Amino acid sequence: MTMTSDRLGDRQKLSYIAGQAADARVNLELETEGMTLNIGPQHPATHGTLRIIARLDGEQVVWAEPSCGYMHRGYEKLTEVRTYPQVTTLVNRIDWLGSFANEVPFILAAEKLMGVEAPSRAQWIRTILFELSRIANVSLFLGDLGVQLGAITPVFLAFRDREYVLNLIESATGGRFHPNFDRIGGLKDDLPAGFIDETKAVMKKLRNFCDEIEALLFGNEIFQSRTRGIGIIPRDVALQYGLSGANLRASGVDWDLRRDQDNAMAWNKINFKVWTHPDGDSFARCWVRLQETREATLIVDQLLDGIPSGPVMAKVPKIIKVPEGEAWVSTENPLGEMGYYVVSRGDLGPFRVKIRSASFNNISITPWLLRGVYVPDIITILASLYFILGDIDR
Amino acid sequence: MMQSLFLVVVPYWGQSLLRVLGGLVAVLLPAGTIVYLFLFKMMSFMQSRLGPMEAGPYGSLQLVAEVGKWMQKEDIVPQRADKFIFKIAPVVVLVSTFLLVVVVPFGPDAYFTNFDTGVFYALAVSSISVLGILMAGWASANKYSLLGGLRAAGQLIAYELPMVLAVMGVVIQAGTMNMQQIVVSQNSGSMFGFSGLGNPFVLTQFVGFIVFMISIQAELTQAPFDMPIAESELVSGYMTEYSGFRFLIFFIGEFATAGVFAMIASVLFLGGWGVPFAWFGWTSTDDVANWMNLVGPLIIFTKMMLVVFIIMWVRFSYPRFREDQLQRFAWKILIPVSLANIMVTAVLKVAL
Amino acid sequence: MAKIPGLVKGLGVTFGTMVRTITKGANTVQYPHEKEVPPIRSRGVIALHQDNCTSCMLCSRSCPDWCIYIEAHKDLAPPRREGGKVRQVNKLDRFDIDYALCMYCGICVEVCPFDALFWSPEYEYSEPNIADLLHDKSKLSEWMETVPEAPALEVGADKKKK
Repeated sequence: MTMTSDRLGDRQKLSYIAGQAADARVNLELETEGMTLNIGPQHPATHGTLRIIARLDGEQVVWAEPSCGYMHRGYEKLTEVRTYPQVTTLVNRIDWLGSFANEVPFILAAEKLMGVEAPSRAQWIRTILFELSRIANVSLFLGDLGVQLGAITPVFLAFRDREYVLNLIESATGGRFHPNFDRIGGLKDDLPAGFIDETKAVMKKLRNFCDEIEALLFGNEIFQSRTRGIGIIPRDVALQYGLSGANLRASGVDWDLRRDQDNAMAWNKINFKVWTHPDGDSFARCWVRLQETREATLIVDQLLDGIPSGPVMAKVPKIIKVPEGEAWVSTENPLGEMGYYVVSRGDLGPFRVKIRSASFNNISITPWLLRGVYVPDIITILASLYFILGDIDR
Repeated sequence: MMQSLFLVVVPYWGQSLLRVLGGLVAVLLPAGTIVYLFLFKMMSFMQSRLGPMEAGPYGSLQLVAEVGKWMQKEDIVPQRADKFIFKIAPVVVLVSTFLLVVVVPFGPDAYFTNFDTGVFYALAVSSISVLGILMAGWASANKYSLLGGLRAAGQLIAYELPMVLAVMGVVIQAGTMNMQQIVVSQNSGSMFGFSGLGNPFVLTQFVGFIVFMISIQAELTQAPFDMPIAESELVSGYMTEYSGFRFLIFFIGEFATAGVFAMIASVLFLGGWGVPFAWFGWTSTDDVANWMNLVGPLIIFTKMMLVVFIIMWVRFSYPRFREDQLQRFAWKILIPVSLANIMVTAVLKVAL
Repeated sequence: MAKIPGLVKGLGVTFGTMVRTITKGANTVQYPHEKEVPPIRSRGVIALHQDNCTSCMLCSRSCPDWCIYIEAHKDLAPPRREGGKVRQVNKLDRFDIDYALCMYCGICVEVCPFDALFWSPEYEYSEPNIADLLHDKSKLSEWMETVPEAPALEVGADKKKK
């Protein structure tokens, strides 16, 4: 509204006021200034029942906060009244995609308290199953990444190739999603015949799948323009917020518990590369996970070549009573660093278990990260952070 | 005129009835075929699965089952929605498809109308669906739908321009806006003296063809331009609150519009209902044999299927653009490219 | 040689998948016309070998969901040989597993000291009425016919003691 003279005529004044009033009416109707958008808890994009409350200004986020707890199942309370085998069964269901990986730190903590070490064959097979569940978990991420961004084809390819891995886990443990295979002192059973050859063939198929996803999704210019430069997490912020796993490695931090810790597993007996990326944006996080999947297939191949023979179970009593003490064990799970702090009073079951799950800490960065991004980028960032609701809420 | 199509003289009311039926068939038959062949089967094959197999042999009756399912659902109108606009929004979107098919020629004498400004009419009428989408988004009292509707309006208006400019190149080369004349000039023309292939404008106007295909992809809100229906964020965008028969109209309308736009693309660029006249020794429309009126629809149907295959192939392979990237692509890349195309076409038309 | 843009490579992947599915078929198993055979160790349903069960209640106590219901009474059985003592045995009255609660964890099968419970890969026992998911001991004994032999073990494994 241009003013041609210093003194506004009455007519001009009135039309100016009317224009402002019309704007205010439209704003009220559309509520575009300070519109509060509720993403979830029922939403196709979030991996489960996560609720993100975002205050928008047009298409930009002014303030966002995740509100979790819709899937809280009371794990830590449940473990107080269960025995160790029962807790092992329950703990499978925290991160239900990479299920074997949840049992391992808990069993390692109990073994630490008992002073028992599993025989080396059991350690190698544990590591193989751990890496297989990593592959199952992250290959689903690669497919799901496409869906969040609009490409509907990769998810079906992911599920198709993930079936092979789940069939392998089923042939060894009896359950596709919840193996319940780890026991204090070793494993429940040995591998069935033909497992090694089948697994090698499946690993080859998965490497093909990774190549396909790279050609279909990662090489796509549209995907790159959607993910490069979005949601950059600088190195020190990542360390401050306690991120772990691929999120941390994509910000340039060389942190891998498999290589740095000395657990009773077989990682320190083989060679593998830890992938990092200096950028810290969404593309980096997705790219690191792709490379990790490939690396996991190579790890499994190496492990299969070198399994020692022997028993899979150490000499432990039938009814296990873990002696008094406290132990903390954490491992490099598919989602990040997962740890268990087990407090035992010498009973059949633990006195108190504290579960440190990776996704809970990974998602703590969202209020900081989501300021000032566009609404479609919220989905991109959440997809690249990769959390499982069972892991956040336990 | 259509009167000469029949061996007997059909009264005017009979002709109108036949035209209405023909229009319905021309819109709904391609829609049904596209939904089955491309959405159910081709998408499934590209995703390494089989698709619907139970309803009918190889799932061919799945669309019948789907239509039946949608029609028996409860017709829900949100309480705070603007009822009248909510109810007529899907109809507005579908009406633009029917209006568009009126101007597509199916044979030398098989057409609904023969406007001299057919192209102008087609481009104008295709914009009516934007209104329908905005109405749907705004009238459902839902923030998600509103976001979807606003995004759709911005996107569709932005991509109208490249579409128009791409078609301008064709109009300059053909020298007429009459759709029938464009078909004839493609089939009776010759390239460098070789008339065996006619003169399909897709070869000389390939830049225009690519721009037109991208613009159709955006006009149909298909990936990679499906921000308005961004399924993983806004559930269904402006279609979220619709259920039952109204959603069916949106669904069928989406594929019917894809078919009709593909028909227009094949008329403008691929030679429409005809085969190169040189194969039969024809030189103008009057020479063309009468049986072409029966074969012409089949030919244009095939060419339409080819174009829809490309549209759907791209839809299933690419992730989606963000809204501002979309707009930047349209305004900064497509429009300058199509303007350059027009300039080059005009210069060459005068020079050659 | 110019690099093929990623957009074109992506189209090639989907086209290749389509051709592969049309010519070689998809991985889809069209249930119920075709059925996949689950692996031998697959945890489908629990079968009861009644003769071995002494109702020691170990399985019922170790179930995380408490879905096993056992009732038994003591009975007298004839002596094993001439002139011996009369034995006291447990006679099983009721052995129900509620599959609506069962987590398929396998702890009951593992802890049973008398080898009375076995895993079977049968999975097609869903019922329209949820109360029918409580399998009593006759139904559990029927499942025994579907229990497969334990699979052979991989190279390097210890010989099983049992």
